[in-house]
Amino acid sequence: MALDANFKGRTYPPTAVYEVGREKIREFADAIGDPNPAYRDPAVAQDLGHRDVLAPPTFPIVITWPAALKVIEDPGLGLDFSRVLHADQRFVHTRPIYADDQLIATVVIEDITERMGQGFLSTRTDLATVEGEHVVSGYSKLVVVGEQP
Amino acid sequence: MIKFADVAKGDELPAQTFPIRRLDLVKYAGASGDFNPIHWNERFAQSVGLPDVIAHGMFTMAEAIRVVTDWCGDPGLVVEYSVRFTKPVVVPDGVEADSGARVTVTGKIGAINDDGTVRVDLTATSGEEKVLGMARALVRLP
Repeated sequence: MALDANFKGRTYPPTAVYEVGREKIREFADAIGDPNPAYRDPAVAQDLGHRDVLAPPTFPIVITWPAALKVIEDPGLGLDFSRVLHADQRFVHTRPIYADDQLIATVVIEDITERMGQGFLSTRTDLATVEGEHVVSGYSKLVVVGEQP
Repeated sequence: MIKFADVAKGDELPAQTFPIRRLDLVKYAGASGDFNPIHWNERFAQSVGLPDVIAHGMFTMAEAIRVVTDWCGDPGLVVEYSVRFTKPVVVPDGVEADSGARVTVTGKIGAINDDGTVRVDLTATSGEEKVLGMARALVRLP
């Protein structure tokens, strides 16, 4: 098997700060075709009880995916990215991401398994503010397909 | 706004159908930073055994939760959201205005939880294929 099971449980160093920003949230909302004004207009978001424009529920992937890819590229893990498929995704929010957030991502390899010749890699990426407040965790399960014998 | 007291297990949310065109995938690639060529390059997609370009799973996931966020009125009420990517959404190119793919999303209240959340069970289909599995959102209604 290509994946090194010794990587299970490994925690990677926190990433550089990601500054969210209203325009990035608007761009993401435009790209998913969602016209919801809470993603664009601070007054609408505030009427809903939020301090600023909030990000759509799947926006964290913009930060968690590149952070998890860095792990995937770790040469010791032995993973060929061209054979990786995204199998499952889950987000657990303590609160929504806001436009004024400054976030740091920490990636943990939660599990590595092998079944019927396919490798499975489960990562958890915690997003917290620079002050240490947890915002959301993204759980990604990746499958490594078509491994050469 | 929908209130916690107003919902019951089995209630159905308004279903929605979302068109997916090549342009949408290009925009999503740019906004998300996921430039995997299986999402925009037919030649590459076919070289890895796919019938054609496929949508980002995360794009489909983002569309599906709109059934919940449009229903409850505040996207910030979604506290948990999970999906399994069961089948790819194939997005053919074309000159017609309705070219591409369509994903239809339905939602139903699957559980009313003691912690004040409700579970919405979602289905997403494209053509006859179920493209998301175990798609569930937990929503904390006021």
